[in-house]
Amino acid sequence: MTTATRSPAEITLIALAFVLSGLILVVPLVLIFAFALREGLATYLTNILEPNTLHAVGLTVLTAIIVVPINIVVGVCLAWLVTRFRFPGRQLIITTIELPASVSPIVAGVVYLFLYGGQGLLGPVLQAANIQLMFTVTAIILVSLFVTAPFVARELIPLMQQQGTEDEEAALSLGASGWQMFWHVTLPNIRWAILYGAVLTNARVMGEFGAVSVVSGSIRGQTNTLPLQITQLFNDFNVTGAFAAATTLALIAVLTLILKSSLEGRGWR
Amino acid sequence: MAQRRSRHLLPGFGLTLGVSMLYLTIIIVLPLIAMLLKVGGMGWEEFWRIVSSNRSLAAYRITFSSALIASIFNGIFGLLLAWVLTRYSFPGKRILDALVDLPFALPTAVAGLVLVTLFSDTGWYGQFLEPNGFKVNYTQAGIIVAMIFTSIPFVVRTVQPVLEEVQVDLEEAARTLGATNWQVFARVIWPTILPAFIAGCVLSFARSLGEFGAVVFIAGNLPGLTEIVSLLIYIRLDEYNYEGAAALAFILLLVAFATLVLTNALGAWQVRYADRRR
Repeated sequence: MTTATRSPAEITLIALAFVLSGLILVVPLVLIFAFALREGLATYLTNILEPNTLHAVGLTVLTAIIVVPINIVVGVCLAWLVTRFRFPGRQLIITTIELPASVSPIVAGVVYLFLYGGQGLLGPVLQAANIQLMFTVTAIILVSLFVTAPFVARELIPLMQQQGTEDEEAALSLGASGWQMFWHVTLPNIRWAILYGAVLTNARVMGEFGAVSVVSGSIRGQTNTLPLQITQLFNDFNVTGAFAAATTLALIAVLTLILKSSLEGRGWR
Repeated sequence: MAQRRSRHLLPGFGLTLGVSMLYLTIIIVLPLIAMLLKVGGMGWEEFWRIVSSNRSLAAYRITFSSALIASIFNGIFGLLLAWVLTRYSFPGKRILDALVDLPFALPTAVAGLVLVTLFSDTGWYGQFLEPNGFKVNYTQAGIIVAMIFTSIPFVVRTVQPVLEEVQVDLEEAARTLGATNWQVFARVIWPTILPAFIAGCVLSFARSLGEFGAVVFIAGNLPGLTEIVSLLIYIRLDEYNYEGAAALAFILLLVAFATLVLTNALGAWQVRYADRRR
């Protein structure tokens, strides 16, 4: 393909793609680091090590550590269920799991408020039991589970559909137990897709803003995740501080892209 | 029970069904039911009064028109990227391919922060645009810019795999029959990728309708001028006007559901189309 004879149309299209992508994608990424470091490295470090920002980093990481493994386990179960069995309601399950990802994150926050909030469905019950769910870390974790519900299953379903069941049936007929079959046959076949789904889940959980801003209460040093902390710094006119906090998420984004790209290079897609 | 076991050859039906149903119920269905009960409890007249108020209508108009313009831009830009990435090889292709997903990997709040800084009157872009009378921040143009950025990958990622599979023999046959490049594109390639292209545009549109984080940074959020539906819901919650929030959230949920049905149908169309061509 790499011949010296490129048509003028080809050159124009490639150039256009690079210029537009540069303006729309590269420049914004560069700007984050340029603004974070514009007052020097010392200021950058002070900004990053500011207690409320550090706390937000910790809370964001904690949320991801809890949400990602749950998403993996449930994603594998869901994918196994809908690709290995035919039963009534199967299509409904597939549609239900996709719904959270197609709705505005604000709506995600709202539905949780109407379930667990003081005015919500379970509000009186929770109040009687003296349990406060809204505006706590638990609420942040719950909405994060909601918005990322399809992320692992979505990667596994087409792959497992395409792989079929022959390997697994062979393992069973050779006397393997269900768990042996899963660990030695199924899991090795889908591990890269699981990792891929986990990477996407992680990126979304760490960056979720709309849903979390409804249910977290944005209490500084308590329920502020990184995106909320960035917003508050910006609203306080601490632009450099906001960008310093943003570099952490931008680095994770770049890491996500690199992981994603190398996983796709493994050819299972 | 014995009958069921023989019908399902593989194990794990009960376990995975149990886990899946439990999870779907607790995490997705129960919260949705809670909201539907809230909407159902307010009565039709109250619901209609909220969703057809002037402020709501203005918010729909701003949200829908901005999302439409953003999707048209992303349709064209996405098609260009998908085409370049599948048809040509050039240095930096893999980086460009990876870069396309940046808007999904970068948190929307960070995207908003970056865009509002880029387009401010002293920003890298704003300093050139504002003297020429083109103000982006705190106008509808800002909403459109935010929506464009956050939904770039959809069209690229739906069209790319289909474009890779357009049969070369069909193209070559058309060429041998004397078709020009443009004719090959218009008559052979375009009809094949059309369902995927539309699906990508619909996904991009749906995402733009629901975008919140990036938009609130740059929009200025003036009622009737730059107030999107998601933001109006957020404001209603802040005012403890839960009925108002529930009714508008219900509208967005309906739109999301319709989008899902539409993209599923488009997916089925694509499969049928591909089968017929084979």
